[in-house]
Amino acid sequence: MRYLPLTNIDRKQMLGVIGAKSIDDLFADVPKTALLKGLIDLPRAQGEIEVHRHMQALAEKNTPAGRTAFFLGAGAYRHHVPATVDHIIQRSEFLTAYTPYQPEIAQGTLQALYEFQSQVALLLDMEVANASMYDGSTACAEAAMMAARVTKRRKIVFSGGVHPHYVETARTACEALGLEIIALPAAIDDEAAVTKHLGADVAAVIVQSPNVFGAITDLTKIGEAARGAGALMVATFAECVSFGLIEPPGGMGADIVCGEGQSIGNALNFGGPYVGLFAVKEKYTRQMPGRVAGETLDADGKRGFVLTLSTREQHIRREKATSNICTNSGLCQLAWTVHMTLLGEAGLRRLAQLNHEKAVALAEALGRVKGVEVLTKHFFNEIAIRVAGRAQKLVDALAEQGVIGGVAMSRLNPKAGMDDVIITCATEMNTVEDIAAYVDALKAVLA
Amino acid sequence: MIPSTTSGNRGLLQAEPLIFETGHATGTGVDLPAPKNTPNKLGGLARKAALDLPGLSEPETMRHFVRLSQKNYAIDLGLFPLGSCTMKHNPRLNERVARFEGFADIHPLQPISTIQGALELMDQLAHWLMELTGMPAVALSPKAGAHGEFCGMLAIKAALEARGEGKTRRRVLVPSSAHGTNPATAVAAGFIVDEVPGTEDGRVDLAAFKAKLGPDVAAVMLTNPNTCGLFERDVKKIADLIHAAGGYFYCDGANYNAIVGRVRPGDLGVDAMHINLHKTFSTPHGGGGPGAGPTVLSAALAPFAPVPHIVKRKDGARELREHASGTQAFGRMCAFHGQMGMFTRALTYMLSHGNDGLRQVAEDAVLNANYLLARLKPHFNAPFGDGPCMHEALLDDSSIKPKGVETIDMAKALLDEGYHPFTTYFPLVVHGAMLIEPTETEPKRELDRFADVMIALAERVNAGDVEFFKQAPTLAPMRRLDDTRAARQPKLRWRRGENGADAAAKHAAE
Repeated sequence: MRYLPLTNIDRKQMLGVIGAKSIDDLFADVPKTALLKGLIDLPRAQGEIEVHRHMQALAEKNTPAGRTAFFLGAGAYRHHVPATVDHIIQRSEFLTAYTPYQPEIAQGTLQALYEFQSQVALLLDMEVANASMYDGSTACAEAAMMAARVTKRRKIVFSGGVHPHYVETARTACEALGLEIIALPAAIDDEAAVTKHLGADVAAVIVQSPNVFGAITDLTKIGEAARGAGALMVATFAECVSFGLIEPPGGMGADIVCGEGQSIGNALNFGGPYVGLFAVKEKYTRQMPGRVAGETLDADGKRGFVLTLSTREQHIRREKATSNICTNSGLCQLAWTVHMTLLGEAGLRRLAQLNHEKAVALAEALGRVKGVEVLTKHFFNEIAIRVAGRAQKLVDALAEQGVIGGVAMSRLNPKAGMDDVIITCATEMNTVEDIAAYVDALKAVLA
Repeated sequence: MIPSTTSGNRGLLQAEPLIFETGHATGTGVDLPAPKNTPNKLGGLARKAALDLPGLSEPETMRHFVRLSQKNYAIDLGLFPLGSCTMKHNPRLNERVARFEGFADIHPLQPISTIQGALELMDQLAHWLMELTGMPAVALSPKAGAHGEFCGMLAIKAALEARGEGKTRRRVLVPSSAHGTNPATAVAAGFIVDEVPGTEDGRVDLAAFKAKLGPDVAAVMLTNPNTCGLFERDVKKIADLIHAAGGYFYCDGANYNAIVGRVRPGDLGVDAMHINLHKTFSTPHGGGGPGAGPTVLSAALAPFAPVPHIVKRKDGARELREHASGTQAFGRMCAFHGQMGMFTRALTYMLSHGNDGLRQVAEDAVLNANYLLARLKPHFNAPFGDGPCMHEALLDDSSIKPKGVETIDMAKALLDEGYHPFTTYFPLVVHGAMLIEPTETEPKRELDRFADVMIALAERVNAGDVEFFKQAPTLAPMRRLDDTRAARQPKLRWRRGENGADAAAKHAAE
């Protein structure tokens, strides 16, 4: 087997040094009835050629986004990732390193983490960011739990614009802790509705901008109202490229900002792995979940970086930890940092502007189709449209014509009462021809 | 002492400032088409806050990150015997496969008809995991080991609630040797943690465990093989006892790599176990993630598995059940369907090894660890060294500490010798623990080289050269870093104007 270097001669010699007669002597502590004698009923080892062929056949049963006119977002976005990014994250020293527990031989990972944290804080206009979370949805769940810790209150209010998967992920985690979740009915553009539910028992209101329908909102007044009632405002997001063009949550007074970073540096990958971004006001740093890198000095007085504030974490605090989280999203976070370094402010602003212009063009084109109404007035790169008929049927019919036109809201939340709503987005990847293909297919399907 | 240089470089090792100190906000490494600046639909919400993100050209970016990379240790450089972490070779076929357009460029919400291959792949992975573990169900979506623990404990909670015992059974028994994630997870799932002591031979104290059982016990969380690198001989008795007491058996599968293909957790009475795909099935650790933690479930817990579920239709096509309502599913672990990029890599690894290769994986991992234990125990104290270990060899510093050298010093000396050290001070139940996990992908000559170095270091301690250890490392990219300073005066990000050598500010002034 090509991944196993020991030879049978090695094995025999090594057993001799150990003083064991056979390998089974080393498994002596396993109950006899549980130690398998034969092989489990699965295929035998295969060479690279056969495995490649098997996996290729599976891959070919999927329709890659790039082979279609593609307008699907709703929490995962198809952007261009520069070739440099994938090269760097495949370097052995990044790919095959562990968590930087020995900082003297992990400065590459640690400095990149510190740069990531700085970039995230600047992008979101927040004071402090951590070293990343699993993804946007779990980051949102952690934010809800953190708000409950900070305020010592037990109720979390979600706007009707938060991604339904984020709400469900947070509900699963929060209800296990006995926290109460109030998820407001789906609403295209009404983030401020959360303020009506403020009260002495509310730990946080969680709002999203751009929200799942693409709508963007000035969160300033919501934050003021929340703080006035002793609650935190948590702002979440799924499309981080937007903050190259629209006001970021930090500038609008968010106490915790959490969301999905996949758009920068990371492919669609059928939903994972992605990279959760998490940032807080400085005063809440010690209640923040997840890893964090910090600057320090070495014995010669040289600047270096270490993982720090670990007294919050499970390996030190065990049952009193701020979270059970034990990892970040290393390679995805590195990809994010490399891509953001290539973009810089100038590149990010241009990228964001391009996305917006494509979405404006898409909204105008779809709005002219009979039987289609654009529901989102102010947006970044995503909109909700109402169609004549069932949205899910329409989306499936469009796919038959090589157009991935978005996602039916009924798939994300069957109880939303929005069976005729499609969420659709455009990015810098879409061409004029793509939009024309969408319009033509839509006309054909609606006819 | 190493002479200082004018450049700050040391031979091949380049000094590298932060991107914020070299780049500036007008620089960029991408060429994007010029926007048309058509009327916007932003409703007055254009960004007002400064961005101040530096951009570097492509060659500068490449150099920056390649220079940083060279300050990292990695499996591809050498033995990485970090106990409990399973740093094995990461086959590059897995990387190639994960990047197939048909896997990397598909969206999780595409119409079901366009992602049949993805669902089939997930089913195949599930089949391998269930067959290997002897368990009837698996939840694929957890995003890391601790997330898988959470999934398992939530399934247990849901099962207890379905029995009407959700409020009365709240105590979870956790051995003192457990990973920190176990108690943290139990609390996150709303349980109360009750610690079970260990015995002198590094296992759970069965009598103490028995004494703690009662009608308020929800589950035991047991790592097996445990964090001392030992198989829990009484595991079946523990399973029978917890079941008889009305509780469930959560097994922490972090060390499953020691038994894959040789022992099926289902045969031991396990109800739930997460599998770290990044350990047993070689998906890359990536400097701290992303991981993946599918969780296998017993028949008792299977109905409560979180969504999404893959449902096979009569015509052979597959569908996704994405909502918990109308089912017994306890909820959802994350958006979408889990770590697809890790599923592709793990399945590629499984197919490559096959049932015979995976069995050999466990045997060689255990053989390599026992070989190191045999070579090192004459020179260090091995607290449980009388019998065989599983995939990792546990030593402690009790024989060297009286001479002035502790575990941390031994670890730092290894840095100068060109090795990543073992895991230090874990498990907590052994003072000054040095936990060594070589994995099955190390050839014998690498093991011998490492053992020779360890023995030479032990001899150096005996010779009284304490200062050598206290000064170490002197040859690594950095000397010892001050953790206390980092924690007392946290500096967690770059801020303009805070550093004396602020090249970006200088550029702005020019």
